[in-house]
Amino acid sequence: MKIQMTVNGVPRENDVEPRTLLVQYIREQLGLTGTNIGCDTSSCGACTVHVNGESVKSCTMLAAQADGTSVTTIEGLAKGDQMHPMQEAFMQNHGLQCGYCTPGMVMAAISLLEENPNPTEEDVRIGLEGNLCRCTGYHNIVQSVLAAAKK
Amino acid sequence: MIPAPFDYKRAGSAAEAISLIGQYGDEAKFLAGGHSLLPMMKLRLAQPAVLIDIARITDLSYIRESGDHIAIGALTRHHDVENSPVLKQHVPLLAHAASHVGDPQVRHRGTIGGSIAHADTASDLPATTLALGATYVVQGPNGTREIAAKDFYKSYFESDLAPDEMLTEIRVPKMNGAGWSFQKFNRRAQDWAIVGVAAWRRGNESGVGLVNMGPTPILASAVSSAIAGGASVADAAALATAESSPSSDLNASAEYREHLAKVLVRRALEQSSN
Repeated sequence: MKIQMTVNGVPRENDVEPRTLLVQYIREQLGLTGTNIGCDTSSCGACTVHVNGESVKSCTMLAAQADGTSVTTIEGLAKGDQMHPMQEAFMQNHGLQCGYCTPGMVMAAISLLEENPNPTEEDVRIGLEGNLCRCTGYHNIVQSVLAAAKK
Repeated sequence: MIPAPFDYKRAGSAAEAISLIGQYGDEAKFLAGGHSLLPMMKLRLAQPAVLIDIARITDLSYIRESGDHIAIGALTRHHDVENSPVLKQHVPLLAHAASHVGDPQVRHRGTIGGSIAHADTASDLPATTLALGATYVVQGPNGTREIAAKDFYKSYFESDLAPDEMLTEIRVPKMNGAGWSFQKFNRRAQDWAIVGVAAWRRGNESGVGLVNMGPTPILASAVSSAIAGGASVADAAALATAESSPSSDLNASAEYREHLAKVLVRRALEQSSN
């Protein structure tokens, strides 16, 4: 089937099998491999992207369901060399260890601040419930999000 | 993990969706947010030949005040239930329970109707709407009918919905200032409840729904009868398992679940009674 969507501002149109997952489409068909596949069971959040500005787990969505939407992945955040404030905050606060969960964490965190621009530490911890860090580096991740909220 | 192949159809209206499901019969499944169905398809626990995507039937996404109840379109997302000012005012228990479904990403996609039609005893909203005395409106080829939540759930993942019917609306009575509590006991973030309790109380009237305490969500009627008869919270909570038949799994034995249900019902009633 034919689908079309805007990904990181670029209009895309492709033929896909109906069973194609959004994450597969993003990684394999568009070659945007910044979005990671972690658990593949909608638990870990590594595959988090934005669909129409809201965080979703792209392993649990069909590309067909995103037909006609606007999708943002981790590659779509920076403007040239200028990092997104959330990326900047993760860098400055050492909000990562191995980095595998980071793209999903950053995307979930941006969506969280969209909905709650002045979160408490507890709001951030609950708001990132859908993203797991196997390095268990949650402390600095939470500090990063709080720092980004202050910017 | 990729689902087995299927044909994808998109319905623009409830009538079109029902016509399509009539055409494809048992081979087809409705796809709303997909956050219960797609994981099952990826694990090959479900292999529908046709998916009928109903998520774009936008006129089934609404929350409206309607006399003594609030009418919620079946395709309203958990995120919208959780943040609805109308529900926060009139049915705060439901708005709060919706905020405990999965995680934010899941709530951006999953729908209240999808959760109820999936009829998972471990889900939060079936038991919550059951406790609240909700009515479900379903549409089929011969028109609509209303099903009381207490008559809807039949067994594990089985409901009174006929194969050619679609859940279109959830009607939840206004709580009229009743006290309420939602207790969800789990060990890990974003998990299903090992046991959950949704409860409200207004004087001697009450409703108590149990999550994951049997093949279906359970209405703990014995607890409400005891409260109506003037029993103390502790005595009423001791009857929490009168109607339940929990199973044992990796998370908990049946005995542990029964113990938990009594403790959580007591806490829920204490909180609702204040």
